[in-house]
Amino acid sequence: MSKTIKYPATQLAQPSRVRSGFGRVLHWFNTPRGRHTITGYLFVSPFILGVLLWAVYPAGMAGWLAFQKWNLITPPQFTGLQNFQTMYSDVLFWKALKVTSIFTFVSVPLSLIISFATALLLNTKVRGLAVFRTIYYLPTIVPAVASAVLWAWILNTDFGLLNSVLHYFGFPKVAWLQEPEWALPAIILMSLWTVGQPMIIFLAGLQGIDDVYYEAAKIDGAGKWAQLIYITIPMMSSVIFFNLVLGVINSFQVFTAGYLITNGAPQNSTLFFVLYLYRAGFQNLKMGYAAALSWVLFFIILAFTMIIFKTVGSRVYYQE
Amino acid sequence: MNTEITSDSTQTSQIQAVTKNLSGSARIGRFIIFTILLVGAVIMLAPLAFLISSSLKNETQVFQYPIQWLPDPVRWLNYLEALTQKPFFLYFKNTMIIVVFNQIAILLTSSLVGYGFARINFPGRDFWFGVALATMMLPYYVTMVPQFILFSRLGWMDTYLPLIVPYFFGGGAFNVFLFRQFFRTIPEDLADAARIDGCSELGIYWRIFVPLSTPVFITVSIFTFLFSWNDFIGPLLYINSPEKFTVALGLATYRSMMGVGRTRWDLLMAASVTMTAPIVLLFFVLQRYFIKGVVMSGIKG
Repeated sequence: MSKTIKYPATQLAQPSRVRSGFGRVLHWFNTPRGRHTITGYLFVSPFILGVLLWAVYPAGMAGWLAFQKWNLITPPQFTGLQNFQTMYSDVLFWKALKVTSIFTFVSVPLSLIISFATALLLNTKVRGLAVFRTIYYLPTIVPAVASAVLWAWILNTDFGLLNSVLHYFGFPKVAWLQEPEWALPAIILMSLWTVGQPMIIFLAGLQGIDDVYYEAAKIDGAGKWAQLIYITIPMMSSVIFFNLVLGVINSFQVFTAGYLITNGAPQNSTLFFVLYLYRAGFQNLKMGYAAALSWVLFFIILAFTMIIFKTVGSRVYYQE
Repeated sequence: MNTEITSDSTQTSQIQAVTKNLSGSARIGRFIIFTILLVGAVIMLAPLAFLISSSLKNETQVFQYPIQWLPDPVRWLNYLEALTQKPFFLYFKNTMIIVVFNQIAILLTSSLVGYGFARINFPGRDFWFGVALATMMLPYYVTMVPQFILFSRLGWMDTYLPLIVPYFFGGGAFNVFLFRQFFRTIPEDLADAARIDGCSELGIYWRIFVPLSTPVFITVSIFTFLFSWNDFIGPLLYINSPEKFTVALGLATYRSMMGVGRTRWDLLMAASVTMTAPIVLLFFVLQRYFIKGVVMSGIKG
């Protein structure tokens, strides 16, 4: 769509008069190319400034800080690779990494499978589609803080909703938020409450697949299962890919639930990476260490995104 | 369903028998699908029902087992108590200040920037648009620490400035992206006609593109509202004085205040409902735009 403007040679080259440098600049302002450049940059200048101020500068500063020791009060002190050495032998760092990885590797696939399956079921011209869609999407708009408070109550051992339901089906009560082996599964379960988000995107993708593919498959004698494997999933690959990348990026940044429901407890079983980062920086005032942690987080997310792009990305089909 | 044509009458009757059978099993299939979806819907709604029901119970009923779903008597007083124990009306006002400024900042600057990327052909445009897409991948928590230091050096601690000012700079790459995508669908002829009439680029943006782009403005406005209303980490980092708390921060401290002794879940649930209700209300009024926005982010992203 982008429109390329051809500039007449006469407007670009000015052989008639010899101009001083300043005059040439002044003249350039009056050529269409000059005017486009100036108005264009004027329009996007807030954004460019913003990138420099709120992304490039802080990211660079984080790079500098990662090699310093600083408690915000006394002047920063260059310590070389000390922060990274500390990290290497820091039990809590590895614990946080493990907790966050388990959370990601369990909650993202589960969430994708459930949301995809739900979207498939909703796409069968089922009665009450709009109502179902609204109900499934509703939990995703509940504010994170309100949701955390609500789930702290749902997961309550004696009077919570989850144990009541389990008890009804004959299961014993579980102290979800007090037992180290159950706290993380509980938070994963909570995260599945918001499958409506990827589901909506899947559903829109499914509705965009042209019926002719299915008609052709039916004529060739393909059953429902074959249609799913050979048409639906390949046609949806770009949407699945998008939800996968987004899911991984988001789940590495879980904070509110860990902070408000368990605060990392019991026995650090829900010590999410960002929660540890927050504690290092804003509770223990180790700014250098926190900056080093944020760089590690960035490279982990980058690495995972790259791996997903390399392994899955090449097989993605984009409908144009 | 059945598009096959056969001339043989016996075959036709056979096929009819098959299709009749099929439609029977298809009906069963539909019934099963409907049932699964219904069970799913109940699971999705149960926490919300539990939330509302708990918020209307008295203290003894909350701690009753098994759960009594319909509160008897309905205790509306919980809301009054919860909203006065902590000054939630003040928190509400504070949050609205941030919301209003963020709306102005994001709607204005991200649409301007989006227009620049969509409609003006300047050297370096593709490079900067690439930068915009790249910043979407930069996690908030990576720049959190240095931004905090920056804002504390500027003397912005315990003010709303760190929660407002950054959004006047382009309003976030995602919003820029949404505006750009939308502006690209508007025919160039309209802009050309205005240009011939001597309209400036800013005039074209303001008189032609803004009025034609109501849907995308509403979508971005909704996302902005959701973001500012729900934001927790921002106020947690930058706001210290209780009289400057936002609703999210107020609810979070209300919860930790109850950490000691017996937690008044009834009051906490009432406060949570109060925080959630405006969003749900907005959702039901503007559902179309909510879903369109989410879908736009997914399909074209």
